[in-house]
Amino acid sequence: MQRVPLVDYLVLDDEPHLVAAECTGCGARYFDRRSACARCSGLAFRPVDVPTEGVLTTFTIVQFAAQGVEVPFVAGVVDCAGTSVKGNVVNTPPDPEHVTLGMRVRLTTVPVGTDASGVEAVGYGFEPVSDRADEHDH
Amino acid sequence: MAEDVWILGIDMTRFGRHRERDPLDLGAEAALGALRDAGVGMGDIGVLAAGNLIGGNGFGQLLQKQIGQTGIPVYNVANACATGATALRVVVMAIKSGEVDTGLAVGVEKLSGAGLLTGNARREEGGHWVRDGRYGAVAPLDGRVGTETMPGVFAQIGMEYGYRHGGVDFELFARISEKNHAHSTLNPKAAYQKRFTLDEIMNDVMIAYPNTRPMCSANCDGAAAAVLVSETKLRTLSLEQQRRAVKISASVLTSDPWQEACQVLPDINTLTRQAAATAYEQAGIGPGDLDLVELHDCFATAELVHYDNLGLCEPGGAADFFRSGATWRDGTTPVNVSGGLQSKGHPVSATGIANVWEVATHLRGEAGDRQIEGARVGLAHVIGLGSACGVHVLEKSAA
Repeated sequence: MQRVPLVDYLVLDDEPHLVAAECTGCGARYFDRRSACARCSGLAFRPVDVPTEGVLTTFTIVQFAAQGVEVPFVAGVVDCAGTSVKGNVVNTPPDPEHVTLGMRVRLTTVPVGTDASGVEAVGYGFEPVSDRADEHDH
Repeated sequence: MAEDVWILGIDMTRFGRHRERDPLDLGAEAALGALRDAGVGMGDIGVLAAGNLIGGNGFGQLLQKQIGQTGIPVYNVANACATGATALRVVVMAIKSGEVDTGLAVGVEKLSGAGLLTGNARREEGGHWVRDGRYGAVAPLDGRVGTETMPGVFAQIGMEYGYRHGGVDFELFARISEKNHAHSTLNPKAAYQKRFTLDEIMNDVMIAYPNTRPMCSANCDGAAAAVLVSETKLRTLSLEQQRRAVKISASVLTSDPWQEACQVLPDINTLTRQAAATAYEQAGIGPGDLDLVELHDCFATAELVHYDNLGLCEPGGAADFFRSGATWRDGTTPVNVSGGLQSKGHPVSATGIANVWEVATHLRGEAGDRQIEGARVGLAHVIGLGSACGVHVLEKSAA
């Protein structure tokens, strides 16, 4: 099935990852299209892969949202080795017992839906890195 | 050296639901109240700065048609929740520049029943994926990549403080809300004057953890206005006007400078810190000199971080500072004795003048049951997300 990423900065290859636009002058990173760097006004950017694992530096559990937005969900920010990334925490119950400040998480993909011609849109989220997964990695 | 600017008159409407009154009615009430309080008329006013985000364009001109069309320049300003402070700041700049000696700032909003301020409701999906916007998104991102709701954004701002400094939990934030609701019981202009127990706050409807409903600012209707004058002008006025005048010893507006994570979660800290540092320098005071502070508690989670941003506590020590009782009205640094935005209400464009009204009313010794005795210096702070930060330091008249 044909797939499209939810956002331009998500790359859906064998190892899905995020790509930031890095200012060649000062190293500031952005996920959206920029006219110039907000930090140094530089005009040149290069694509850089963002590490897929990081630490949850803040979160909220949204129970009340705009019409059509499924609740509850966990929104947060993940520090991926120095690059802050916005995203939902997924694959864990949305409560403060399971989602905690400083927990280790990693990027995963999340289905968004399929359009009329059968193209699937795929988004991303961050899931807890469990101890078992750690052992598996080693 | 530009001369000092003083508040000659200031007023706010009661905040709450004003069913029968439109933004012009509310704006006119506040503006006419401020003029009456100042003892001047529209013929004395050299400049008008006006803010109203939800209404149409040209609010200032429409307001003139209700209170006096004198041909003076009108600046219609917009800076999110800092709109009122921005209007005030425009008048301060006009007076400091020497172009006028008297000006009027007005902020008005009708928000009752506006509900959650958030991203747009999701449109019907289907058809074909089309990339849209600067992220090339094929579907709305609210709820898929984080949250665009204000309670959720500010919840993360408070939780991030906890990540960096520790000692922060749901109960701490709820206790901040408990304080502000308790304070509101003494404020007849507050939209809500109901005291809540800690249990009631924690068990109320969860909006975005850790913010329950009473921990969120109240959407409501209201207006506030101020008449400002130059020091030279003030000295030509009556002794009674001089006695009640309140000095604006600092007036600062900042925007957010680049920070690593500010593109991902709004950074309301850096611009507040910079505004506070500049304000203390302008006023020649330190945070220890403040007798009261009205700060932007749009959510309980926001109040905590601003204790630190405004230098009211040791760096990283906001949780301990609050737990010491310092910010209750009988503490060392009373914060939001008006009840704050959580109970007084948050009619966006009025907020940045209404909190100046609160501080000025205490400095004049006219705050009635909630008077902070002997108040001589106070600070008013607002944040408009995006961001803009307004800080005003006020001083009691020496006369």
